[in-house]
Amino acid sequence: MTGYIVRRVLATLPVLLVVALVVFALIRFAPGDPAAIIAGQEATQEEVEGIRRQLGLDRPLPVQLGIWFRDILRGDLGQSILSKHEVSELIVQRVVPTLSLAVLTEIFALAVAIPIGVLAAWKANSWIDRVVMVFATLGFSIPVFWLGFILIFFFAVKIPLFPAAGYVAPSEDFISYLHRLALPALATGVIIMALIARMTRATVLETLNEDYVRTARSKGLSEKLVLIRHALRNAALPIITVVGLGVAALLSGLVVTESVFGIPGLGRLLLNAIVSRDYPIIQGTILIISVVYVMINLLVDISYAFFDPRVRY
Amino acid sequence: MAQREEQATPEIAKYSALSLRSATSRLWVLTKRNPTMMGGIAIVLVMAVLSILAPLLNTIDPKEIDPRNRFLSPSMDTWFGSDNVGRDVYSRTIYGTRVSLIVGAAVAVIATFSAAMIGVLSGYYRKVDAVLMRVMDGLMSIPSVLLAMALMALLGGSVQNVIIALCVVEAPRAVRIVRASVLSLREQMFVDAARALGTSPIRILYLHILPNTLAPLIVQATYIGASAVLVEAYLSFLGAGPPPDVPSWGNIMAEGRNYIRRAVWVIFFPGVFLTLTVLGINLAGDGLRDNLDPRLRRRM
Repeated sequence: MTGYIVRRVLATLPVLLVVALVVFALIRFAPGDPAAIIAGQEATQEEVEGIRRQLGLDRPLPVQLGIWFRDILRGDLGQSILSKHEVSELIVQRVVPTLSLAVLTEIFALAVAIPIGVLAAWKANSWIDRVVMVFATLGFSIPVFWLGFILIFFFAVKIPLFPAAGYVAPSEDFISYLHRLALPALATGVIIMALIARMTRATVLETLNEDYVRTARSKGLSEKLVLIRHALRNAALPIITVVGLGVAALLSGLVVTESVFGIPGLGRLLLNAIVSRDYPIIQGTILIISVVYVMINLLVDISYAFFDPRVRY
Repeated sequence: MAQREEQATPEIAKYSALSLRSATSRLWVLTKRNPTMMGGIAIVLVMAVLSILAPLLNTIDPKEIDPRNRFLSPSMDTWFGSDNVGRDVYSRTIYGTRVSLIVGAAVAVIATFSAAMIGVLSGYYRKVDAVLMRVMDGLMSIPSVLLAMALMALLGGSVQNVIIALCVVEAPRAVRIVRASVLSLREQMFVDAARALGTSPIRILYLHILPNTLAPLIVQATYIGASAVLVEAYLSFLGAGPPPDVPSWGNIMAEGRNYIRRAVWVIFFPGVFLTLTVLGINLAGDGLRDNLDPRLRRRM
């Protein structure tokens, strides 16, 4: 088990290295002069040079690369060009709203997706199955921001059950915090729900054809027990994988949802930075979000070995 | 599933005769056998017709401003209402079909084509493989919308740059798929035979290996197209897409977001078109996958 974990962690290192390289390259290999692009069209020559110096773009490329890796290993993501705040501090301030929304979204998605996925597999090729599958395909064809606005229109404007936008810290008013995150979590959750429901259906359908399910049925177990204890349990691993992979869609969705519902999270930070071309913030947030994504999938791989001894070859 | 298998034999006879009548009956058989796929293809075709015939479909100039007629509700005259500066939402939505389909088709073709080239090289030549695959892994580790936004921030907003950015975002997954099938193909007997006959590696790659990766690639191309249409709208909506005066669905909705209480139709109709288009492409892709690649059947 330890050997397996060590191997997985080591295999993750090159991916992280490449992510850091891609983020590094994003600004350096763009067409045109990055310092001039960041400074904007009205900037004077001195301002452009100032930014070039601040970002270290006047040094040779290998030196820049060395500095970039040294800094990120120290946890130093540079300073915002506009506000001069440390990027790492800005990110830390924004983590709680984004994390809350992510967790709530994932809970909602799992709570809906797994039961309907199992149901669709159990009633495979029936009308229930067809309806579930069409809804699942619809789920990842709907733009998250549009769904957000439609939800706002119906459940905040027409029938004012929920506030249209805003965020309250959990320490301030916990009920209001959940109340405000409900619609955004629903909007972001639909796409994740669709992914997980499809995967649940596919894998449960496969396990239902296995010998051990036939054995379980023939020894007289109730359908409920067969489904939950035998079929779903053995389908759990692929479902966990797709949950891990779905985190990419979740993170992309959060950026959009935060903009729609005015939630002061990482997505808003990134979006504002893109509008004002505050490149250190763009680099920092994308790096952190990608590292989180890679780490979650590392955990998924490790949990695989934990649940299924066959993986620990 | 078992029923389909039983039906398969007599249908072969139907397929063999090629005439107009057999073509229509074949279409009918396909529709009966795979209604969701044909539904998806029908939606995509309708959207394509709308985009080509846009000027003939009772539309006016999508950029024409008419301040006296702001925020008109949908009615018999203005089918989808008008927006905050009096532009006709129906005309803008119909013309928006063009932007979305051009982006979707261009990204599907360019990303799939480049992915095929890179994937074949990577799968066949072990030396470049490790490096290329690490780059693809890195690119895939950055959530797609974020990577596309960052690229757009640097490239600047235009339809052409949206296409470039989305190709960079979408290609890696297709590269992985091509590489995986090349890896198994290169060990096959017919490749050994070609090599033994002294065929050049380039010829082997493009005549023997590439054609065999086509089925999964075509399926992947449809998914890339669907994703490109969707992400283009995200970019436009977030202000990181083509310039605001381009009537793309994302841009129309980006303006409509400020008037949701007064004029929900500005955001509603383009969103319906967008959802239908993406749904259509996805349904067509699912159907193609089931038909072209039996190994993947019933997966997801």
